[in-house]
Formats: sequence, C-alpha cells, structure tokens
Amino acid sequence: MKGMEMGSALLERRDAVVRLLSERSGAIVVSGLGSATYDVAAAGDNDRNFYLWGAMGGAAMIGLGIALAQPDVPVIVVTGDGEMLMGLGGFATISQKNPANLTVVVLDNELYGETGEQHSHTSKGADLGAVAAACGIRDVRTVRSFDELAVLAARSGSVGEATTVAVVKIDPGETPRVLPSRDGALIKTKVRASLGLDSM
Amino acid sequence: MSDHDISPSLAPEETWQDQVLNVLKDHGVSLISYVPDAGHAAAIRGAIADPDIEAVSLTTEEEGIAVNAGAWLGGRRAALLMQSSGVGNCINMLSLIQICRFPFLTIVTMRGEWNEFNPWQVPMGASTPAAFELMGVRVLRADSADDVAPTIASAANLAFLASIPCAVLISQRVIGSKVWTK
Repeated sequence: MKGMEMGSALLERRDAVVRLLSERSGAIVVSGLGSATYDVAAAGDNDRNFYLWGAMGGAAMIGLGIALAQPDVPVIVVTGDGEMLMGLGGFATISQKNPANLTVVVLDNELYGETGEQHSHTSKGADLGAVAAACGIRDVRTVRSFDELAVLAARSGSVGEATTVAVVKIDPGETPRVLPSRDGALIKTKVRASLGLDSM
Repeated sequence: MSDHDISPSLAPEETWQDQVLNVLKDHGVSLISYVPDAGHAAAIRGAIADPDIEAVSLTTEEEGIAVNAGAWLGGRRAALLMQSSGVGNCINMLSLIQICRFPFLTIVTMRGEWNEFNPWQVPMGASTPAAFELMGVRVLRADSADDVAPTIASAANLAFLASIPCAVLISQRVIGSKVWTK
C-alpha cells in the first residue's frame, strides 16, 4: 500500500475501494464523478454499477432514490469529498428518510484531484462526518484502517438499521484512470435490467 | 382512470390543487419530491399523509432531479414539485436526465408572471420555459384551473410512456397572487 510506504496511516484509494466492495453481493453502487468512478470501475465492472461522469453533487441523492425504491437491496454510494461538498444539503434530506439499506462512502483525500489537485474544504477543517451527524445521520464513521474498512464492507453490503455515512481518509496520491462506459443510457438500462425492470 | 385518459372530470368539490396528487397517483407515481410551496400545499400535504406515497422533502430543487432518477433506476415513478424560482437550480443536474434518458416529470407553480408583487420573482419566472427547453425538457402549460389535471396527465404519459422529460407550468393566474397584507 502506497500510504504505508510513505509512512502515513492513510489508505490507498484503490485498495480501499476493492476491499469496500468485496462484500457487496447484490448491492447497487453509485459512483461520484471523477476518481470515485474510476475506483469503482477498477474494482470490477458490474451491471449494478451506476457510474456518474457528471451531475456533480447528485451521487448521494441518486443513492437515496434507489434505496427508497428498492428497500431490500443494499445501496452503496462511493464518492469524493469534493462531490459531497457540492451536495451537503443531501445529508439533511437523507436523514429525514434514513433508509437502512443506504451507505454513503466519501473517499476523502482533501483534494479536487480531477481538476489539478486544488485543496478541498476538508483540508481546511470542514468535517463531512460532523456535517452528516449534525444533519441527523446517526451512524457516522471515520475510516482510517483496513480493520475499520472490513467492518464498513460488511455493513454496506447488507441492509442495516439506518443510513450509514462513512468518511474514508485516503492517500492523496494519483492512481491511473480506469474508465468505465460513459454511455449513461446504457448503464441505466443495465442497472434496471439487473433488477428485472424494462429499459423504459 | 387509464394511463391514457387525460380528461378527468373536475368534481364540483374538487379544486385543481386537490387534483395534482390524484392525477400523479393515477399515472403510477409513488414518490413525490418537493420543496415547500404554497401552490403545491395540498399535494404536499396529501403526499405526506398517503401511505402509498414516499414524500421526500428537499433542501434544494436539484436534489429532486437526482432522487427521482434514482427512484426510477429502482423501478418507481416519481414527480418533483417546485416553484419557478427553483428551476435555475436544476440546470446542470438535468444533464443526468438528458444523457441517461431518464423519464422526468416536474410540476412547477409559476411566480413572477401575473400580478406579481415581488420583483425578485420575475427574472427566474420569465426564464423558466427557456431554462427547461435549453436542457431538453419539454414544457407544457396549464393556463386555467380546468387545464391542470389534463395537462399533468398528458405530461405523465409523455414522461413515463414515451420517456420524454416534461415540465408542467401552472400559470400564476391559476394559482392566484400571494396576499401580502396580514
């Protein structure tokens, strides 16, 4: 792990996402645009992956909609700190419904990696987990180790008792891009088909 | 009422406000996302009270675009209730609808176009149809109380049967002016 080699406690993002999704079974995964989408693709393509290449700020809200429509199916949103910062109000919207099958995982490298590694607000003290908790999310976790990640993987791959928000502190190092399909209509149709639903 | 029937009769005791939720339900909508709005107050109240409806209160309109898209990914038909002042907030999120070809239905109460007291409502109200059209959303308009239910029904068919994103604008003349004296 790169983070370990650098003498830092931070998790390497690809290792972290592979571990996170290793117990997904039938879960639907929504990935936020940029690195989170590449990480989810790198962990293995899946008909139940809904990759975003835009709609910044919307990943957690799409996850909420799926979770409400399919209460027995675990839904995992994997996004970055910058994408989540653009939709902070979403924590308040989610906490009103608090679906037990929803886990929002924020990969927090404190950077806007896709646009030239500008520092994000989390590098200056904004605490996304604290925001989620203050919005009424009861299960908020900060994940810094593989042991904590293993617990999160088990929780996110199942239907729990309430929505979980997890901030996973990751190494800011760059990783090669792994590009899944950019055809939004296709990936939408694949997710629907995996649930036995028509394309339209 | 069938999916295709767009001519519901207006019962004498039923107002257009009461009809909004009923028409949406008749077309299979089971999730209503909304921001607070006086014009939609009856539909919002009804949605919250209805055990068959998932009512989702939003902090900003663009959340509703994403929630409703997610709901449809999971097999539920959804509609978004908002006011014209919130349409501009939705612009970039409407990319999701266009690129993924999601069905999309929103019912918009208009401000800033008829007997308006508050000038701050005018710029977005005046730009509402163009803003939707710029992002590929077809605009249908209800200019009288009798028009509201059939226009929503028609838009619901376009959205859910033909997968054409639709916005129904309910004219401020139908809604009536906000009363500013207490």
